[in-house]
Amino acid sequence: MKAGRLLVLSVPWAWLTLFLLAPCAIVLAIALAEPADAVPPFSLLHPTLDNLAFIATDPLYRAAFLLSLKVAGLSTVICLLTGYPMALAIARSPARQRNLLLLLVMLPFWTGFLMRINAWIGLLQDDGWINAIPQTLGLPPWHLLYTDSAMYIGIVYTYLPFMVLPLYARLSQLDTQLLDAAADLGASPWRVFLSVTLPLSMPGIWAGVLLVFIPAVGEYVIPELLGGPQAQLIGRVLWQEFFNNRDWPTAASLACALLVLLLLVPAGVIWASVRRTANSEPT
Amino acid sequence: MLIVTGLTIRFGTTTAVDRLDLRVDPGELFVLLGSSGSGKTTLLRAIGGFVQPAAGNIVLNDLDLVALPPHRRPVNTMFQSYALFPHMTVAANIGFGLRMRGMARGDIEARVSEMLDLVRLPGFGDRRPAQLSGGQQQRVALARSLAPRPSLLLLDEPLSALDRNLRRDTREELVRLQRSLGIAFILVTHDQEEALTMADRIGVMCDGRLAQVGTPAEVYERPNTRFVAEFLGAANVLPAVAHASGTRLELTGLGTVVHTATMAMAGPVLLAIRPERVRMGAMPEANALQGVVADRAYAGEALTHTVRLADGNLIRATQSLRDGLGAEQIAIGSDVTVSWRPDACIVLPA
Repeated sequence: MKAGRLLVLSVPWAWLTLFLLAPCAIVLAIALAEPADAVPPFSLLHPTLDNLAFIATDPLYRAAFLLSLKVAGLSTVICLLTGYPMALAIARSPARQRNLLLLLVMLPFWTGFLMRINAWIGLLQDDGWINAIPQTLGLPPWHLLYTDSAMYIGIVYTYLPFMVLPLYARLSQLDTQLLDAAADLGASPWRVFLSVTLPLSMPGIWAGVLLVFIPAVGEYVIPELLGGPQAQLIGRVLWQEFFNNRDWPTAASLACALLVLLLLVPAGVIWASVRRTANSEPT
Repeated sequence: MLIVTGLTIRFGTTTAVDRLDLRVDPGELFVLLGSSGSGKTTLLRAIGGFVQPAAGNIVLNDLDLVALPPHRRPVNTMFQSYALFPHMTVAANIGFGLRMRGMARGDIEARVSEMLDLVRLPGFGDRRPAQLSGGQQQRVALARSLAPRPSLLLLDEPLSALDRNLRRDTREELVRLQRSLGIAFILVTHDQEEALTMADRIGVMCDGRLAQVGTPAEVYERPNTRFVAEFLGAANVLPAVAHASGTRLELTGLGTVVHTATMAMAGPVLLAIRPERVRMGAMPEANALQGVVADRAYAGEALTHTVRLADGNLIRATQSLRDGLGAEQIAIGSDVTVSWRPDACIVLPA
């Protein structure tokens, strides 16, 4: 019995060790190495904290981190404001239509991510499809591509399903008798939403926020392809250190800092929700 | 006073409520009794505003309810599943309707604690619904629906989630509460015992219509159709024919003539007799039939013999075990006489 348990548990443990812990340890080791003119371009002979100290003090990296948090935060808010009504509409639609609507939400996953982002270039560029509107009106074209707007459009477009799906999962399980009860007791539709639907969907909101925010902070491809040169997000800076500057220790330090930062966000959310649950436990 | 006229409710092609008329007086405890699918819950939901009728009117104290959305109706509902808000305390649940009416905070607190006392849950205000037992949740749901002082309270199977003993106590408590508050209750149930013990009047629903409306005694003693007779209590039903208007009926299968207390019109009829009014053995001045005991069922407080008549029809006779089980049992296969008094006869249209 005990041996069987160990055997079953050894599979996920081996997987985690091999593909998560070991790579993390390698990245951490490189972060502590010295840059060197070699292949690979670092030396572990004299471990040092200089790289970590450097990225902590250099304003370029701090600005990149702050910009990444801002872009990811704003994208998450837009995803939430767009995704919540979508999820609610799907959850409230007749059962026969729900699967079709969910399929439409997930349909973009059937095509490659890079292809979809490239399609946005075609849509957003000065002689693209969207600019056909001002063109037919005889107006100058809207400069969309390589701006922050294009980057936000790309991020929101890409991550919206990750907001909609957990929200839908939560909202579709909401007991509709609770909504009837609230209306019965005199709550207008808007107050039913604020006092019953919204508070009871908080776990779905948190799940969606984490699923959008965390990958969006480290996003590299979308700012690179759709954003302007000023959009120096941390993912882009990391890429440049690694590939353009061949400074592996600095890039690894940035990766470690990003990982710690992204662990703090869900930890904070989980801590807050555990505390809330603990408060409502039986006394 | 609630007046429902010509109410019709359709779901797609099925008609859930069919041209229904109903009057509920102020302060009355009206019970809608019916099996599932009879339309009783749909009728309740239409009064609450959750179902839009295809035709008909619902008027409460001269106020046309059909035109109003649920949150504007001076009617509250106690839901079958209670529908307590899980993210709110008991006090916040009970105070919800008062907050929606914009009542001042101090007044809400006073009313909530008054309601908690009323349902015998003082000091439970800070708990969450999940921390309460089923019976306590039921009382919180009742307090929540009564807090805004509705002029009519709708109760959808309010006791069905409770276990049997608790249900009996709660039944009495609910009636007591209704009498003391003087609010009209419309209570939906499929439990005939609940309907008989609680109701001022019962409306028996069948296929979206009210088959019969009357006091419990009226509906039980003088059901107007075979459906009502069999739905409310048990009934032995035998086909019969009245050759002339009067109190003599000839049983179709046996040819025996039986005497009734009420007049029957000439023509084919159905004779119904409640099992508890049928005796094993002969009685003076009573109708009597011969048969063979086919089955016997012991139910603790009562014993039921099923007797097969010569024509194959079955008659059940239930006797209360006032003097214990002892000599009352009659062996299966014995020849017996069953008898009942003329005033136990219920004559129904065939």
